[in-house]
Amino acid sequence: MPIQYYIYLCLTLFSIGIIGVLTRRNAIIVFMCVELMLNAVNLLLVAFSKMHYGLAIGTPQEATAGLDAQIFVFFIMVVAAAEVSVGLAIIVMMYRNTHSVDINFLNRLKN
Amino acid sequence: MGIIQILFFLLSALAIFSAIMVLVSRNPVHSVLWLIVVFFAISGHYILLNAQFLAIVNLIVYAGAIMVLFLFVIMLMNLNAETEPQKHMWMKLAGAISGGCFLLVLVSLVRQASDLSDKNALMKDGNVGLIKNLGKALFSDYVVPFEISSVLFLSAMVGAIVIGKKD
Repeated sequence: MPIQYYIYLCLTLFSIGIIGVLTRRNAIIVFMCVELMLNAVNLLLVAFSKMHYGLAIGTPQEATAGLDAQIFVFFIMVVAAAEVSVGLAIIVMMYRNTHSVDINFLNRLKN
Repeated sequence: MGIIQILFFLLSALAIFSAIMVLVSRNPVHSVLWLIVVFFAISGHYILLNAQFLAIVNLIVYAGAIMVLFLFVIMLMNLNAETEPQKHMWMKLAGAISGGCFLLVLVSLVRQASDLSDKNALMKDGNVGLIKNLGKALFSDYVVPFEISSVLFLSAMVGAIVIGKKD
Protein backbone atom coordinates (compact mmCIF):
# COMPACT_ATOMS: atom_id res chain seq x y z
CA MET A 1 0.00 0.00 0.00
CA PRO A 2 1.54 3.39 -0.94
CA ILE A 3 2.71 5.31 2.09
CA GLN A 4 0.82 8.40 0.92
CA TYR A 5 -2.51 6.71 1.61
CA TYR A 6 -1.49 6.18 5.22
CA ILE A 7 -0.30 9.79 5.48
CA TYR A 8 -3.62 11.09 4.12
CA LEU A 9 -5.61 8.90 6.50
CA CYS A 10 -3.59 9.99 9.52
CA LEU A 11 -3.72 13.66 8.50
CA THR A 12 -7.48 13.42 8.20
CA LEU A 13 -7.82 11.84 11.63
CA PHE A 14 -5.43 14.39 13.13
CA SER A 15 -7.35 17.29 11.56
CA ILE A 16 -10.63 15.90 12.87
CA GLY A 17 -9.02 15.87 16.30
CA ILE A 18 -7.92 19.48 15.90
CA ILE A 19 -11.38 20.55 14.76
CA GLY A 20 -12.83 18.79 17.78
CA VAL A 21 -10.51 20.60 20.16
CA LEU A 22 -11.42 23.91 18.53
CA THR A 23 -15.18 23.46 18.28
CA ARG A 24 -16.30 21.58 21.39
CA ARG A 25 -16.72 23.07 24.84
CA ASN A 26 -17.09 19.89 26.86
CA ALA A 27 -13.72 19.25 28.53
CA ILE A 28 -14.10 15.47 28.24
CA ILE A 29 -14.77 15.62 24.49
CA VAL A 30 -11.75 17.90 24.06
CA PHE A 31 -9.68 15.35 25.94
CA MET A 32 -11.02 12.55 23.73
CA CYS A 33 -10.04 14.50 20.62
CA VAL A 34 -6.49 14.74 21.99
CA GLU A 35 -6.52 10.94 22.28
CA LEU A 36 -7.71 10.73 18.67
CA MET A 37 -4.75 12.87 17.57
CA LEU A 38 -2.35 10.66 19.53
CA ASN A 39 -3.75 7.59 17.80
CA ALA A 40 -3.40 9.15 14.35
CA VAL A 41 0.28 9.79 15.10
CA ASN A 42 0.71 6.22 16.35
CA LEU A 43 -0.76 4.78 13.16
CA LEU A 44 1.54 6.95 11.06
CA LEU A 45 4.58 5.82 13.07
CA VAL A 46 3.70 2.17 12.52
CA ALA A 47 3.16 2.74 8.78
CA PHE A 48 6.54 4.45 8.49
CA SER A 49 8.12 1.63 10.49
CA LYS A 50 6.85 -0.88 7.97
CA MET A 51 8.00 1.34 5.09
CA HIS A 52 11.46 1.49 6.63
CA TYR A 53 11.50 -2.26 7.12
CA GLY A 54 10.45 -2.85 3.52
CA LEU A 55 13.30 -0.66 2.29
CA ALA A 56 15.84 -2.46 4.50
CA ILE A 57 15.10 -5.99 3.28
CA GLY A 58 18.27 -7.53 1.92
CA THR A 59 20.54 -5.09 3.71
CA PRO A 60 22.46 -5.74 6.97
CA GLN A 61 19.97 -3.60 8.91
CA GLU A 62 17.09 -5.94 8.17
CA ALA A 63 16.96 -7.42 11.68
CA THR A 64 16.48 -4.10 13.48
CA ALA A 65 14.91 -1.80 10.86
CA GLY A 66 11.60 -0.35 11.94
CA LEU A 67 11.82 -1.75 15.45
CA ASP A 68 12.44 1.61 17.11
CA ALA A 69 9.24 3.14 15.77
CA GLN A 70 7.07 0.41 17.23
CA ILE A 71 8.82 0.68 20.61
CA PHE A 72 8.17 4.40 20.38
CA VAL A 73 4.45 3.79 19.78
CA PHE A 74 4.42 1.51 22.80
CA PHE A 75 5.90 4.27 24.97
CA ILE A 76 3.43 6.80 23.57
CA MET A 77 0.61 4.48 24.70
CA VAL A 78 2.24 4.20 28.14
CA VAL A 79 2.47 7.96 28.52
CA ALA A 80 -1.08 8.42 27.19
CA ALA A 81 -2.46 6.03 29.80
CA ALA A 82 -0.69 7.94 32.59
CA GLU A 83 -1.84 11.25 31.14
CA VAL A 84 -5.48 10.15 30.94
CA SER A 85 -5.59 9.10 34.58
CA VAL A 86 -4.28 12.47 35.78
CA GLY A 87 -6.34 14.44 33.27
CA LEU A 88 -9.60 12.77 34.21
CA ALA A 89 -8.81 13.38 37.89
CA ILE A 90 -8.38 17.08 37.07
CA ILE A 91 -11.70 17.11 35.16
CA VAL A 92 -13.49 15.43 38.09
CA MET A 93 -11.98 18.04 40.41
CA MET A 94 -13.12 20.82 38.10
CA TYR A 95 -16.63 19.36 37.96
CA ARG A 96 -16.72 19.22 41.74
CA ASN A 97 -15.82 22.91 42.00
CA THR A 98 -17.89 24.41 39.17
CA HIS A 99 -20.61 21.72 38.66
CA SER A 100 -19.92 21.84 34.95
CA VAL A 101 -17.39 20.51 32.44
CA ASP A 102 -17.61 23.64 30.29
CA ILE A 103 -14.10 24.83 29.48
CA ASN A 104 -15.33 28.43 29.23
CA PHE A 105 -15.44 28.46 33.02
CA LEU A 106 -11.72 27.88 33.00
CA ASN A 107 -10.72 30.94 30.99
CA ARG A 108 -9.87 32.69 34.23
CA LEU A 109 -7.65 30.57 36.43
CA LYS A 110 -8.55 32.67 39.45
CA ASN A 111 -11.97 32.27 41.11
CA MET B 1 -7.81 -4.83 -6.13
CA GLY B 2 -6.79 -7.40 -3.59
CA ILE B 3 -8.31 -8.20 -0.25
CA ILE B 4 -5.72 -6.04 1.55
CA GLN B 5 -6.64 -2.94 -0.42
CA ILE B 6 -10.35 -3.54 0.18
CA LEU B 7 -9.74 -3.97 3.92
CA PHE B 8 -7.56 -0.86 4.00
CA PHE B 9 -10.21 1.37 2.42
CA LEU B 10 -12.98 -0.21 4.49
CA LEU B 11 -11.11 0.39 7.76
CA SER B 12 -10.10 3.90 6.70
CA ALA B 13 -13.68 4.82 5.87
CA LEU B 14 -14.84 3.36 9.17
CA ALA B 15 -12.18 5.27 11.12
CA ILE B 16 -12.91 8.62 9.47
CA PHE B 17 -16.69 8.23 9.70
CA SER B 18 -16.53 7.30 13.38
CA ALA B 19 -14.10 10.14 14.10
CA ILE B 20 -16.55 12.58 12.55
CA MET B 21 -19.37 11.02 14.57
CA VAL B 22 -17.29 11.62 17.75
CA LEU B 23 -17.46 15.32 16.94
CA VAL B 24 -21.06 15.67 15.85
CA SER B 25 -22.87 13.54 18.42
CA ARG B 26 -24.34 15.68 21.16
CA ASN B 27 -24.47 12.99 23.80
CA PRO B 28 -20.99 12.45 25.34
CA VAL B 29 -21.69 8.74 25.89
CA HIS B 30 -22.25 8.31 22.15
CA SER B 31 -18.98 10.15 21.50
CA VAL B 32 -17.13 7.68 23.70
CA LEU B 33 -18.71 4.72 21.92
CA TRP B 34 -17.80 6.12 18.51
CA LEU B 35 -14.24 6.70 19.70
CA ILE B 36 -14.06 3.02 20.67
CA VAL B 37 -15.06 2.19 17.07
CA VAL B 38 -12.19 4.43 15.87
CA PHE B 39 -9.77 2.53 18.07
CA PHE B 40 -11.00 -0.80 16.75
CA ALA B 41 -10.50 0.43 13.19
CA ILE B 42 -6.98 1.59 14.02
CA SER B 43 -6.26 -1.80 15.59
CA GLY B 44 -7.44 -3.36 12.34
CA HIS B 45 -4.91 -1.20 10.53
CA TYR B 46 -2.19 -2.43 12.87
CA ILE B 47 -3.14 -6.03 12.09
CA LEU B 48 -3.04 -5.24 8.36
CA LEU B 49 0.49 -3.89 8.89
CA ASN B 50 1.37 -7.08 10.83
CA ALA B 51 2.06 -5.11 14.02
CA GLN B 52 0.30 -7.69 16.14
CA PHE B 53 1.69 -6.61 19.50
CA LEU B 54 0.58 -3.02 19.03
CA ALA B 55 -2.84 -4.13 17.80
CA ILE B 56 -3.46 -6.08 20.99
CA VAL B 57 -1.98 -3.38 23.23
CA ASN B 58 -4.10 -0.76 21.48
CA LEU B 59 -7.23 -2.79 22.10
CA ILE B 60 -6.41 -3.55 25.74
CA VAL B 61 -5.06 -0.15 26.78
CA TYR B 62 -7.17 2.23 24.71
CA ALA B 63 -10.45 0.49 23.99
CA GLY B 64 -10.33 -1.52 27.19
CA ALA B 65 -8.92 0.69 29.90
CA ILE B 66 -8.89 4.33 28.82
CA MET B 67 -12.33 4.45 27.22
CA VAL B 68 -13.89 2.63 30.16
CA LEU B 69 -12.35 5.31 32.38
CA PHE B 70 -13.89 8.02 30.17
CA LEU B 71 -17.26 6.28 30.23
CA PHE B 72 -17.01 5.96 33.99
CA VAL B 73 -16.32 9.66 34.47
CA ILE B 74 -19.13 10.69 32.10
CA MET B 75 -21.63 8.49 33.86
CA LEU B 76 -20.38 9.74 37.25
CA MET B 77 -21.11 13.31 36.17
CA ASN B 78 -24.46 12.35 34.62
CA LEU B 79 -23.73 14.20 31.39
CA ASN B 80 -26.21 13.97 28.53
CA ALA B 81 -27.31 15.85 25.44
CA GLU B 82 -29.34 18.40 27.41
CA THR B 83 -26.48 19.55 29.64
CA GLU B 84 -24.01 19.66 26.77
CA PRO B 85 -22.52 23.16 26.39
CA GLN B 86 -22.59 24.41 22.81
CA LYS B 87 -20.21 26.86 21.22
CA HIS B 88 -21.40 29.75 19.15
CA MET B 89 -22.11 28.94 15.51
CA TRP B 90 -19.39 31.28 14.26
CA MET B 91 -16.81 29.75 16.58
CA LYS B 92 -17.65 26.29 15.25
CA LEU B 93 -17.35 27.52 11.68
CA ALA B 94 -14.02 29.21 12.41
CA GLY B 95 -12.68 26.04 14.05
CA ALA B 96 -13.78 23.85 11.15
CA ILE B 97 -12.28 26.23 8.59
CA SER B 98 -8.94 26.49 10.37
CA GLY B 99 -8.73 22.71 10.81
CA GLY B 100 -9.62 22.25 7.15
CA CYS B 101 -6.93 24.72 6.12
CA PHE B 102 -4.41 22.77 8.20
CA LEU B 103 -5.44 19.56 6.43
CA LEU B 104 -5.26 21.25 3.02
CA VAL B 105 -1.75 22.61 3.57
CA LEU B 106 -0.37 19.29 4.78
CA VAL B 107 -2.04 17.28 2.01
CA SER B 108 -0.61 19.58 -0.65
CA LEU B 109 2.78 19.26 1.04
CA VAL B 110 2.63 15.46 0.93
CA ARG B 111 1.47 15.49 -2.70
CA GLN B 112 4.53 17.49 -3.72
CA ALA B 113 7.05 15.48 -1.69
CA SER B 114 9.11 13.55 -4.25
CA ASP B 115 10.78 11.63 -1.40
CA LEU B 116 7.54 9.81 -0.66
CA SER B 117 6.58 8.81 -4.19
CA ASP B 118 6.84 5.09 -5.00
CA LYS B 119 7.45 4.19 -1.36
CA ASN B 120 5.28 1.43 0.02
CA ALA B 121 4.36 0.30 3.49
CA LEU B 122 4.96 -3.44 3.68
CA MET B 123 1.55 -4.84 4.44
CA LYS B 124 1.35 -8.42 5.64
CA ASP B 125 4.96 -9.60 5.57
CA GLY B 126 7.79 -8.80 7.93
CA ASN B 127 8.23 -9.94 11.50
CA VAL B 128 9.21 -6.57 12.95
CA GLY B 129 5.92 -6.19 14.81
CA LEU B 130 5.84 -9.59 16.47
CA ILE B 131 5.96 -9.85 20.25
CA LYS B 132 9.22 -11.84 20.15
CA ASN B 133 11.23 -9.13 18.39
CA LEU B 134 9.65 -6.21 20.23
CA GLY B 135 10.15 -7.93 23.57
CA LYS B 136 13.82 -8.57 22.84
CA ALA B 137 14.37 -4.93 21.94
CA LEU B 138 12.30 -3.70 24.87
CA PHE B 139 14.22 -5.69 27.46
CA SER B 140 17.69 -5.18 26.02
CA ASP B 141 18.08 -1.76 24.38
CA TYR B 142 15.12 -0.03 25.97
CA VAL B 143 15.14 -1.49 29.45
CA VAL B 144 15.95 1.83 31.17
CA PRO B 145 13.03 3.76 29.59
CA PHE B 146 10.81 0.78 30.36
CA GLU B 147 11.71 0.93 34.06
CA ILE B 148 11.38 4.71 34.11
CA SER B 149 7.86 4.33 32.71
CA SER B 150 6.95 2.28 35.77
CA VAL B 151 8.04 5.20 37.95
CA LEU B 152 5.94 7.46 35.71
CA PHE B 153 2.91 5.25 36.30
CA LEU B 154 3.48 5.30 40.03
CA SER B 155 3.68 9.09 40.05
CA ALA B 156 0.58 9.32 37.83
CA MET B 157 -1.30 7.06 40.23
CA VAL B 158 -0.26 9.11 43.25
CA GLY B 159 -1.09 12.33 41.38
CA ALA B 160 -4.55 11.11 40.36
CA ILE B 161 -5.36 10.09 43.92
CA VAL B 162 -4.06 13.36 45.41
CA ILE B 163 -5.98 15.47 42.88
CA GLY B 164 -9.15 13.41 43.04
CA LYS B 165 -9.58 12.97 46.77
CA LYS B 166 -12.01 15.09 48.73
CA ASP B 167 -10.43 17.52 51.16
